[in-house]
Amino acid sequence: MSKRSADKLLFTGADWTFDKVGRVHDAIAAIAQDELGLSTYPNQIEVITAEQMLDAYSSIGMPLMYKHWSFGKHFAADEALYRRGQRGLAYEIVINSSPCISYIMEENSMAMQTLVIAHAAFGHNHFFKNNALFRQWTDAKGILDYLEFAKTYILHAEERHGARAVERVLDAAHALMGHGVHKYPRKRPFDLAEDKRRQQERADWFQQNYNDLWRTVPRPENSFPEDEEQAERKRALGLPEENILYFLEKSAPLLAPWQREILRIVRNIAQYFYPQKQTKVMNEGCATMVHYTVANRLHDKGLIDDGTLMEILHSHTNVVFQPGFDDPRFSGINPYALGFAMMQDIKRICEVPTDEDRAWFPDFAGNDDPWGTLRHAWADYRDESFILQFLSPAVMRKLRLFHLHDQAEAEDMVVKAIHDERGYREVRKTLAKSYDIGALEPDIQVMDVDLTGDRRLILHHRVADGIMLDSLEALRTLRHLANLWGYPVRLVEVDAKYDQVLKVHDDVEPD
Amino acid sequence: MNIIDRRLNPKGKSLANRQRFLRRAREQIRKAVREASSGRSITDIDGGEGISIPMDGLHEPSFRRAAHGGVRDYVVPGNKEFVPGDTIAKPPQQAGAGGGSDGSPDGGGDDSFHFVLSRDEFLDLFLEDLELPDMEKTNLTRTETVSYSRAGLSVTGSPSNLNLVRTMRNSLSRRIALRRPKPAEMAELQAAIAELEEKGDNPELLSELRLQYQDLLTKSRRVPYIDPVDVRYNRFQPVPKPISQAVMFCLMDVSGSMTEHMKDLAKRFYMLLYLFLTRRYRHVDIVFIRHTHTAKEVDEETFFYSTETGGTVVSTALTEMTRIVKARYSPADWNIYAAQASDGDNTSSDNPATLDLLHYSILPVCQYFAYIEVGAEYKDWLGRESDLWRAYKSVVAPNMAMRKVRSRAQIFPVFRDLFSREGRHVEA
Repeated sequence: MSKRSADKLLFTGADWTFDKVGRVHDAIAAIAQDELGLSTYPNQIEVITAEQMLDAYSSIGMPLMYKHWSFGKHFAADEALYRRGQRGLAYEIVINSSPCISYIMEENSMAMQTLVIAHAAFGHNHFFKNNALFRQWTDAKGILDYLEFAKTYILHAEERHGARAVERVLDAAHALMGHGVHKYPRKRPFDLAEDKRRQQERADWFQQNYNDLWRTVPRPENSFPEDEEQAERKRALGLPEENILYFLEKSAPLLAPWQREILRIVRNIAQYFYPQKQTKVMNEGCATMVHYTVANRLHDKGLIDDGTLMEILHSHTNVVFQPGFDDPRFSGINPYALGFAMMQDIKRICEVPTDEDRAWFPDFAGNDDPWGTLRHAWADYRDESFILQFLSPAVMRKLRLFHLHDQAEAEDMVVKAIHDERGYREVRKTLAKSYDIGALEPDIQVMDVDLTGDRRLILHHRVADGIMLDSLEALRTLRHLANLWGYPVRLVEVDAKYDQVLKVHDDVEPD
Repeated sequence: MNIIDRRLNPKGKSLANRQRFLRRAREQIRKAVREASSGRSITDIDGGEGISIPMDGLHEPSFRRAAHGGVRDYVVPGNKEFVPGDTIAKPPQQAGAGGGSDGSPDGGGDDSFHFVLSRDEFLDLFLEDLELPDMEKTNLTRTETVSYSRAGLSVTGSPSNLNLVRTMRNSLSRRIALRRPKPAEMAELQAAIAELEEKGDNPELLSELRLQYQDLLTKSRRVPYIDPVDVRYNRFQPVPKPISQAVMFCLMDVSGSMTEHMKDLAKRFYMLLYLFLTRRYRHVDIVFIRHTHTAKEVDEETFFYSTETGGTVVSTALTEMTRIVKARYSPADWNIYAAQASDGDNTSSDNPATLDLLHYSILPVCQYFAYIEVGAEYKDWLGRESDLWRAYKSVVAPNMAMRKVRSRAQIFPVFRDLFSREGRHVEA
């Protein structure tokens, strides 16, 4: 410690100034780019007050948003909790935009600001810019302009059609927001060259793998010859369609153009947040990994003093705390803890692998390029695939993960697998599956419209593992849906495995 | 990298959202406010208020999976002693065991929603649809403030009030009317001249064009782009803002028969009335008159807290009030309200004099006279009417009302009853 001279320090004391923040940012940028190889959007750091932080909370973290009562409700609730001291505020909010906007709070100490800048302005920022999901689904440059457009559009709509009418559409759209995303890329425009190449590829493959035996296998009769007319109708409407808001926007018969535009706005915002839902563990893990490494490097280089490092590590430890399942504080797996533990372990595997690691991760164990490996993981995976690919036995042992199986009819839950040789793969597979967006949200699709009859809209919920919809919630949501559609709506719950109808909800009429 | 200080940005960005929320939940909030106020002391009402409202109408539904049923698999941390095949009893209410239960961020599962109303929001709802009787007498003579309102345009003014649209419109029409040459036209001519100069084969045309150009140039100088006659300013006119003023007389019997409980009830009623008046009138004076067998104007502290002994002669208070009205509050300039609180005792010989005063001196000058008879918490065992009540009952006047109050919870209903838009003068 004696070699650390005071003049090398970036700052001393707890108070922050713009000057210090600027110096710290530059020092972190040097480490992030040169040592970790991060590539980020340009940073924009904005200092805000606690009240502004609450504001940002209530408008789902975006700096501008259209007006809606639900944001007022969330603000009132958050404010009440905050005032009673039941909830602290986040230290930062970061927005996936270019330039990448990070909000830091004025009451943070300088050590906290350092942590926050490393975490948000470099960790999250790198993830936003490089992760495949974000690249595919979000437009970082355009989002703020789009929100500005959305805000003005809805304001004008309120002026022209009345606040009540706009509110009705927004209420309904918000209820369906979770089912307003495209989960797969849309059809691309037709490309003749590409198509020819593919066709050729298929023909070649067929040639190479030709086997006359297949000809002799009897073909099954088509057991469900589909009604021609029905098939044609479904094709024309693009059914089945899982993006309910998209379907309504394009096909609801009674909506005015401005109502369709509002649905579109809500749908676009939902789509913008879709990648975030799928990458909680990775995103937070990446940011935590970056701030942890950066803080230690700053200290190694003599740029921050011991006290600052201790303060940063104190917050860091709180953030990655994972209570056990039987702890009263337990509320699911902490994405920070899981992400950080996995990424630290990847680093370890790259640098000092054990035999077990070599067996499990032959392609990168001992490659001595931890940051290259991590950058690759951050770029090309989402939570589900990341866990399936990278969760190591060492981490499972460290967190003492085990698999609980809960069957509704059974009296007790059964421990199916634990962190041992026989259980690793099972635990890993189950954990990965629980992060699959398909497993998190019910699979509801628009199946059919009775166009010749009463224009009834028919939705199917593909029930997985026998988990049905909450029927009261479903009824309320269906009412919103019926109001947008304009005619009755029917929801049918169908078992995904056996195609068996489990429940038909009552038809809901628009009011 | 950019650091921006947003702390100075205007506050209350989410005000519009909050107003939408309050409008949406209006019914529930109004009910909660009424309930909150009945049990609470009046001074608290003046501050903000934390209230809880039921969630109906504020719930944001979505398609969600049921919390129970089906086959679920969880991976949870912190295994201590389990091996595969072990069983664990299910927790009594789901939720605890797995990462599956996802409490909604607003506590959507709860059936009530807690938040804080600001003072103004609270009072608006609290005193909503209450109306002062006889507002028409509102005095308009005394002016206190001047406000500015837009009043057309003027040719003079400060540059900050320049009306650009009007100015440019005037400029354009003047330029068209006076045929100011357009810049494009001149540029064209200039190009033609330059071309001719280069060729040099038609000197006559050249000189003619030059002459033409000179002409246009002079004209465009003579007709300026913007002339002082074009300039218009937004005009603001001072408008005197009439203020209305009111005086509120609080009359109270402080004789020995008035218990602390009764005084407390009376005080609450006065506070409500005062709150209400301050929201309707810019300027409200309060006069406290207390009486035993003599009456005296006192300050608030003395009025509520000091004790006095003596008999009870109500007419003395009314006389004192009449005197003060004459001396300081001319009925032509002031809206006069009076609220009298008493336990109903009066020296029986005084009743005729009291009625006389009320009839001929007080009621004619008052906007409203309210008589509150405060009683002990328990019912009068004989259930008979007090002297004063019987006397006042004989008075028939549209601007007089009387009510009985026994407990705190009754104060607000009685107050609402007196001032609600409909249902006044019912029991006058």
